[in-house]
Amino acid sequence: MMLGEWAVAERLSEGYNFAFIDEGAKREIRRSILKAIAIPGYQVPFGSREMPIARGWGTGGLQITLSIIGPDDVLKVIDQGCDESVNAVNIKKFIDQVTGVAVTTETKDATLIQTRHRIPEQPMTKDQVLVLQVPLPEPLRHVEPLEAETRRMHGEADYGLMWLSLYEDIARHGEISIGAGYPLLVNRRYIMNPSPIPRWDVPKLHMAETLYLFGAGRERRIYAIPPHTAVEPLEFEDHHFRVENFEGKSCIHCGSTNETYLDEITGDDGRKYYTCSDTSNCEKRCHK
Amino acid sequence: MKPVVRARDLARVFGDSCGRCLELTDETTNICPQCGSVVACGGVSFDLYPDEVLGVVGESGSGKSTLVRLLHFDWEATGGSVYYNLPAAGMDGMDDALKLSPFLKRQIRSSSLGIVYQNPHDGLRMNVTAGGNVAERLLVAGWRNVGQMRTRSAELLQRTEIPVSRMDEPPRNFSGGMQQRVQIAKALSNRPAVLLFDEVTTGLDLSVQARVLDLIRGLQRELHVSMIVVSHDLGVIRSLTTRTMVMRQGRIVESGLTDQILEDPQHPYTQLLVSSQL
Repeated sequence: MMLGEWAVAERLSEGYNFAFIDEGAKREIRRSILKAIAIPGYQVPFGSREMPIARGWGTGGLQITLSIIGPDDVLKVIDQGCDESVNAVNIKKFIDQVTGVAVTTETKDATLIQTRHRIPEQPMTKDQVLVLQVPLPEPLRHVEPLEAETRRMHGEADYGLMWLSLYEDIARHGEISIGAGYPLLVNRRYIMNPSPIPRWDVPKLHMAETLYLFGAGRERRIYAIPPHTAVEPLEFEDHHFRVENFEGKSCIHCGSTNETYLDEITGDDGRKYYTCSDTSNCEKRCHK
Repeated sequence: MKPVVRARDLARVFGDSCGRCLELTDETTNICPQCGSVVACGGVSFDLYPDEVLGVVGESGSGKSTLVRLLHFDWEATGGSVYYNLPAAGMDGMDDALKLSPFLKRQIRSSSLGIVYQNPHDGLRMNVTAGGNVAERLLVAGWRNVGQMRTRSAELLQRTEIPVSRMDEPPRNFSGGMQQRVQIAKALSNRPAVLLFDEVTTGLDLSVQARVLDLIRGLQRELHVSMIVVSHDLGVIRSLTTRTMVMRQGRIVESGLTDQILEDPQHPYTQLLVSSQL
C-alpha cells in the first residue's frame, strides 16, 4: 500500500487516532511545549517519536503540529517560503489525511502554519501559530562540541565563547558572516538558534503578536518564542546586525526589490534571476 | 591593611577520600595510607597583600600548580576557604569565594584575576587570533565594542612586545616565547587586581626568560598589581618576589621573606633545595 492509501484507511472513523500520534505522546509533547513557552529560548528535551517521514525531514515540526492541531484549524505548510515544494506538499497531505482539517496557501487564512527556514512575509496575528522545523537547535554547537558543556553554558549564561566567535568573524572578515540561523538573545537570557531562517526574518520575531514554536525531531528539542518577547540579534556597538539588501535586484514576477526576501535562481540561459521566496505573497502582489 | 587574598586550609584531594586523608598525610608523603587518595594540596593558608609579590617554590608534584588552579577556580577545592577582597568584583573579603555559584566565580575571574600557565596551550585558544585571545575576558566582562577591544588588545600586545601587525594571527603560528607573552597580554586585559603566574619561564631559553622576567617586573612596578609567582626556579623567585612559601607534598613547609629563605633556610627540605641550586 502507498503511504497515502494507508493513512486514509486508518482515518479517525476507522479507529485510528486523530492526528496520527497517540494521546499520551501528544500530552508529553504539549507539556514540553508549555515548558518551552514558560522559558523563552530554552531548549526543552522531549521524546521524539518515529514518524512516517525520516528524521531530519521536519519530524520535529510535524510532531508539534500534530500535537496542537484541532479539527477546526486551517493549515498551511511552506518549505523555504514555497507552498508547492515536494516536502511542503507531502507534509500538508499527510496532516490533512490524518486530521481532515482544511488546508490553504493563504497566510492570513491559516490558523496554524508549519514552515521550513522562512517566516511568511505577511505579518501574522495573535490568532495564529507558526511551527518551525529545526535541523540543529544548539546555537553554541560550533564553538563547543560537547552537549554537557553547552547545557552548562546555557545554565550559567556563560556566552563568552559565542561572543568571541563573532569577534573573530569581524577580525577575519570585517563583518559577521552568519547568513541563515543568526544567533539571538531571547528575553535577555538564552541564546537561541532561530533555525536557518534568513536574517531578513529575524526582526519579525521581536515583540511579535504570534507564538513561534521550534521543533527539532532528530535532536529531540522543543523551544519557543512566546508573543511580546524581546528577541535581539547578537551585535556589537560598532558592528550592527543587518538584514539582506536586495538593491538592484527585483522579483521577475512581482517586481519586489527590498519589500520581500528574494531567492536567486539561474535560468536556462545561465543568467541570474530573482524571485520572491514567499510564493503565496508574490502571487498576491502580482494580482494587485 | 586588608589582604587581597586570604586563603585558609585550602585542600584538594584526588581520589575517593576516606575523610581522614589530611590527618594521615604530611610533608613527607601525600598519599593517604588508609585509602590511597592523593593530597595534591592540604592545609595551605596564606595572605596576599596589595602590591605584593608572593613566591611559591617547590619540586615538581609539590602542589604549586594545584594551588594556583584552586585560586583561579579552574579546579574545585575539596576543603578550606578563600576570601577575595576585590571591589571590582563586588567582593569585600567577608565571603568564602569557593562557596559562590559558578556564575559569580566567573565574574570574579573575568573582572579581577589574571593567570599565565606554564603551557600556553592551557591559557590560549590556539586557533583564535591573538587579538581575540586578549579580547576574550573583555567579552566575558560585557564589552561590546569591537573597536575599543581591538585598541586595548593592540596596546597590550605592544606592551608585551608582540608586533601589532600579527594581532590577527592565531598564536599557533608564534614561537613559545611569543605565545607566553600573548598569555601575559591576555592576563592583563581586564586590569586584574591579582595575577597568577604558573612556571612562566619554564621551557624558554635564557635570553627570552630574562625578557619575560623584565616584563613581569616592569608590569608590577607600573600597575601595582598583587602577584603569586609559582616556580621551581630559585632564580625566578629571587628576582621577582618579596615573600616566599616553600611547598612539599602538598604542604607548606616554610614561609618568610624571600631573602631570608634563600640565605638562611630553616627546614631541611628548603636547605636541600637551596644547596641543590646550580
